[in-house]
Amino acid sequence: MNAVLDFIATVGRAVLGACRATGHLTLFALEGLSHLFRPPFYLRAFLRAMLEIGFLSLPVVALTAVFTGMVLALQSSTGLARFSAESGVANLVVLSVTRELGPVMAGLMVAGRVGAAMAAEIGTMRVTDQIDALTTLSTNPMKYLVAPRLLAGLIALPLLVLVADILGVLGGFIISTLKLGYNTGIYLNNTINFLQTEDVVSGLVKAAMFGFLVSLMGCYHGYNSKGGAQGVGAATTSAVVAASVLILAFDYVLTELFFAR
Amino acid sequence: MSAQPKIRLRGLTKAFGDKVVLDGIDLDVMAGTSMVVIGGSGSGKSVLLKCILGLIEPDAGSIEIDGKNILALDRAGREEARKHIGMLFQNGALFDSLPVWENVAFGLLAQKKVERRAARAIAAGVLAQVGLADSVGDLWPSELSGGMQKRVGLARAIAAQPDVLFFDEPTTGLDPIMGAVIDGLIVDCVKKLGSTAIAITHDMASAKRIGDRAAMLFKGRIVWQGAASELMDSGNAMVDQFTHGRREGPIQMELRK
Repeated sequence: MNAVLDFIATVGRAVLGACRATGHLTLFALEGLSHLFRPPFYLRAFLRAMLEIGFLSLPVVALTAVFTGMVLALQSSTGLARFSAESGVANLVVLSVTRELGPVMAGLMVAGRVGAAMAAEIGTMRVTDQIDALTTLSTNPMKYLVAPRLLAGLIALPLLVLVADILGVLGGFIISTLKLGYNTGIYLNNTINFLQTEDVVSGLVKAAMFGFLVSLMGCYHGYNSKGGAQGVGAATTSAVVAASVLILAFDYVLTELFFAR
Repeated sequence: MSAQPKIRLRGLTKAFGDKVVLDGIDLDVMAGTSMVVIGGSGSGKSVLLKCILGLIEPDAGSIEIDGKNILALDRAGREEARKHIGMLFQNGALFDSLPVWENVAFGLLAQKKVERRAARAIAAGVLAQVGLADSVGDLWPSELSGGMQKRVGLARAIAAQPDVLFFDEPTTGLDPIMGAVIDGLIVDCVKKLGSTAIAITHDMASAKRIGDRAAMLFKGRIVWQGAASELMDSGNAMVDQFTHGRREGPIQMELRK
C-alpha cells in the first residue's frame, strides 16, 4: 500500500513541479514581452543581440542549409527514380526546405550556438551579482537583458531562414543538375511551379516562433541559474535541450495549424 | 540629537524556508555618518543590504529612508528611492561586456540621459577620483587586477552622486596595503559627497578606518552597537571574541562532526 502511495506522491510532485515551472516561464515571457512596449528602450542592446543571433549565425546556418538541400536531392532521386523523377525531386526539395527543414535546421543550429551563449552570459551575470548591480543602477534587468534578446530572436531567425531557404534549394539544384543530370531549365521550372507563397510564409512564421523560443530558453535558464560555475553549466545545458525539444514540439503544432485539413 | 535618522530599520525579518536570516533588526544610521556592520559569514549581513536595496523582499518590518517607508512604496516609488543609493559589490560585479568607462557611467546613461560623449568625460573625472588614469577607461573589466576592479566598482557606485552608499566587504580579497588604499578612497568619497554609508565587513582594520559607528550582527540579530573606535574593547563578550578572532567564547561555530 505504501509503495503505491509513494508512487502516486512522486507522480503528483512531478506534475505539480511541471505546472509551477510552466507558470514561472509564462510569467517570465509575458514580463519580458511587456517591456517591449514600455520605455526606455535599449537600442544598442537590441542591435547587439541581432548581430549575435542573426549575422554571426549566418555561416553555420548557410552550411547546414546547403548540405541539407544536397542530401535531400540525392536521397529523393533514388526513391523517386521509378516515377517521374525530375519533377518529383524538385517538388520534394523545395517544399521540404521551405516548410520544414529550413526553419527546423536553422532553429536547432541557433539553439546550440546562441541559446547556449545567452544562458551562459546571463547566468554568469547572475552568479557574479551583475544582475543585482543593474538593478542598483536604475536599470531593470528584464528590460535591459531579456526584452532585446526576445525581440532579436523573433526577428533574426526569419531572416536567417530566408537565406537558408534559398541556399537549401540551391544545394538541391546543384546536385540534381550536376550530379544526377537533370535538365536545368525543367528543374528550375518545376521548382518555381510547385512553390507557393504559403509554403515560405508558414516557414517564416515557424522561424519567428523558434527564434523566440531559443531566446526565451536562453534568458530564462540563465536568469534563474544559481550556484556558481556548475549552476551556469547546468543552465546552459537546460537552455539548449529545452529549446531543441520545444522547437520540434511547436513545429508539429504549427504544421497542424497550417496544413491539417 | 533629535535629528531624524537617514536610514531607520525596525523589526526587519527575513527567512528562507525555515532558516531565519534576519530576526527583527532595529538599526538607525544618522545622515552623513558611516555605519559598519560586522559579523561572521552567514550572519545575514549581505541579506540586510539586499533588503534595503530592494533586491530581497523582507517578510516583516520597515525600512525608512528620510522618514519614508520604502516597503510601502509602489514599484516606481522604489525605483526613485533606489536612484539615491550607490552600491559597491563584494566582487565588483562589473559588467564584463562593457568597457570600464561605460561601467562607470552606466547609471548616468541609464537614468539621467547624458549624451554618450559627455558620459565619457564624466567617467574620466570619476575614475580620477579613485586614482585611475583616463586610459583605464578603455580597458575591459577582465583586464584589471582585483584592486583596480574594486576602484572601478567604487567609481561606478559614486558616479551618480548618491546620498546613500553601501559597501559589501570592500577589502575582501585584497592585500592589506590595497585594502587600506580602498578604505581611504571610500572615506574620501563619502566625505566629499556627504553621503550616509553602510559597510559590511569582517576585516577589523577596515571597520575602524571606515566606520563612525559599528554594529555586530549574530544569528540575524544586532547583538551590540557602539562607536567604531570601541570595537576592540567593547566589553561585549561576543564582539571581543569576534574582533580578536578567538576560537573559545560565546560564539560556537557549528561544525558537523
